[in-house]
Amino acid sequence: MNLQPVTMHLTDLSLFSQGILVSAALVLFTSFVMLAQARIQPLIYTFAWQGVLLSVTTALVALVSGHTHLYISALLTFVLKALLIPWMLYRLVQRLHIQQDVEIVSHPSLTLLGGAVLVVFCYYVALPVAQLSTLVTRNTIAVSMAIVLLGMLLMITRRTAVAQVIGFMSIENGLFFAAVASTYGMPMIVELGIAFDVLVAAVLFGVFFFQIRTSIDSLDVDRLNRLSEREE
Amino acid sequence: MNPLYLVLGLPLGGGLVLALVRSHRIAGLINVAVSTATCGASVWLALNVLGTGPELSPDKLFYIDAFNVYLVALTAFVGMTTAIFSRPYMQHEVERGRVGSQRMRLYHSMYQGFLFAMLLALTTNNMGVLWVAMEAATLTTVLLVSLYRTPESVEAAWKYFILCGVGIAQALFGTVLLYFAAERRLGAKRNDSLLWSVLHTHAAQLDPAVLAIAFVFLLVGYGTKVGLVPLHNWLPDAHSEGPTPMSAVLSGLLLNVALYALVRVKMLVDGSLHTALAGHLMMGFGLLSFLVAGLFLHRQHDIKRMYSYSSIEHMGLTTFAFGIGGALATFAALLHMTVHSLTKSAIFVTVGHAAQLAGTQRIEHIRGLIRTQPAVGWGLLAGSLAIAGFPPFGVFMSEFLVLNATMKSWPWLTVPLLLGLAIAFAGLFRHLHPMIYGTPPVGQTRVKANMLPVMVHLALVLWLGLSIPLFLAHWFEQATQLISGSLPV
Repeated sequence: MNLQPVTMHLTDLSLFSQGILVSAALVLFTSFVMLAQARIQPLIYTFAWQGVLLSVTTALVALVSGHTHLYISALLTFVLKALLIPWMLYRLVQRLHIQQDVEIVSHPSLTLLGGAVLVVFCYYVALPVAQLSTLVTRNTIAVSMAIVLLGMLLMITRRTAVAQVIGFMSIENGLFFAAVASTYGMPMIVELGIAFDVLVAAVLFGVFFFQIRTSIDSLDVDRLNRLSEREE
Repeated sequence: MNPLYLVLGLPLGGGLVLALVRSHRIAGLINVAVSTATCGASVWLALNVLGTGPELSPDKLFYIDAFNVYLVALTAFVGMTTAIFSRPYMQHEVERGRVGSQRMRLYHSMYQGFLFAMLLALTTNNMGVLWVAMEAATLTTVLLVSLYRTPESVEAAWKYFILCGVGIAQALFGTVLLYFAAERRLGAKRNDSLLWSVLHTHAAQLDPAVLAIAFVFLLVGYGTKVGLVPLHNWLPDAHSEGPTPMSAVLSGLLLNVALYALVRVKMLVDGSLHTALAGHLMMGFGLLSFLVAGLFLHRQHDIKRMYSYSSIEHMGLTTFAFGIGGALATFAALLHMTVHSLTKSAIFVTVGHAAQLAGTQRIEHIRGLIRTQPAVGWGLLAGSLAIAGFPPFGVFMSEFLVLNATMKSWPWLTVPLLLGLAIAFAGLFRHLHPMIYGTPPVGQTRVKANMLPVMVHLALVLWLGLSIPLFLAHWFEQATQLISGSLPV
């Protein structure tokens, strides 16, 4: 396998391609912001911003590549990931009266460093795939993989159910980004199906917040520890 | 009219109608009726496909061949028998006050929704739709796992949701990579590059490097749903805390569907890589699951959890057999999928009655089943004998064939296999013996039990063990040829 670094200068690219790269970098940046954000409400806002940036990137890719169906994807992402799901989470947080809650994030700097390591790792793994791709989207495959892994890191480091759901949804963002970056989106029927699944998942998560709250009187999922092979 | 649309339309329509039916008694009847009709339609579809060969729907969205049509028939059949069992069982749960009628509406509607999701996953030709349907199968069952709203069931459902959600997200990434590889070869302008039939035809031209990465992601993703160790943590919880009919269909059917997805992917990857990478990975994960789950059987205190681990064990063995890959091993794996589904759903039905009888799922409080209610006791004993691989049941047959195939290609692996079988056997029976033969606690009384589904399932398993009927053998051979490319001897 050829692991020669790909020489590329940002200024060689067209303006639109530079725009795609910048917005991809910003999407990645929001993932890091979410990792460090301990308050629930700003976390939701950051998630919404990630959705906005994602749909902007999708629209830019549509413009550059001429795949018109990507405009629909961009619109779908904007409505779903930037408006609807954040709004639903916001409403839930208000109804549960936890909007002011601050979570204790243990070892924030270590987490961020770990995130940086993950990004480097993604570039390493994605290199063989990226070499096959077109120049515009070469970087974005690694970035999308990094978003997926950073979402997982968020889920691992957090203990409240809300933060875990945001991690979960940002994994979905990363996957969507991967589809846009590497293949100009999935076929429409698949994309609609995925969007539907994500929407249903968001509704179900809302139901679960209330179920968890009534069963353990908090949203700290670390306290969900009754089921194990160990005997009390 | 094409029976395929009936197979998919009936559960979908049934789910929508059941969402509106308030009375849980009527809903139970509708549930049985719809499931029976679906089963009938699936048999019709199976007869069609067996007569005329693989069938691609005009819009190319569905592809039916011998491999998936037999799983469709199996899924619809177990869905039907479980629905028949579920009606009086859930009635009893309502009478005990464990669920209200509002939640029963959710239960019945989601039961059909779940069947629809599985049947869609089995019949679709589009790898993306396959993923969507697998995710939908999680979404429809997650609220059913927490149906009783006990802290344990909510925890189980949350774990199920998060772990399966994140797990299956990996499969989506794999699917994207698959699409990427296909688009590079087939051109970006055509929109059928994600169809399995197209991918399979052009498998040899797909980039092996990309497909190898894609397979790892798909293995982790769908493997989470199969319950492969170390991705299995959600499975015993979800299968044990939900209502028993759900345990039966989750263990008996959903695991099969996930494994089906994995095998479909393997067929593509094998065509591109021309190495045994995919098979070796599946063998490794399968063997690990098989051994670890067998050991965990010894530590169980909850009867449904115990049988969930037994499901992991058997799915591990099936994955292992598909991984070996030759005609004999594939034939054995297909047979094992069938007999495991039938046996395991029968066991869960019996376990449900046993738990109602004892008033608990704790193994140490379930005692003397045979004396209190012989039908339940004998049913559990026969089911467990069958699942442990005793002759003359079908599981013995398939396990014997797996061992045979292993002996041919990987002789030294028969040692851990035999060891695992012995460990699992000991694990099951050390718990089973007192439950069946012990002295029943004072005041333990019989429950209204519907053992008909159990008897039908076990009779079928017995039949498959004694002699595989000719048409079924022919059917399995067709499927084997599709997957492994050659006929079993």
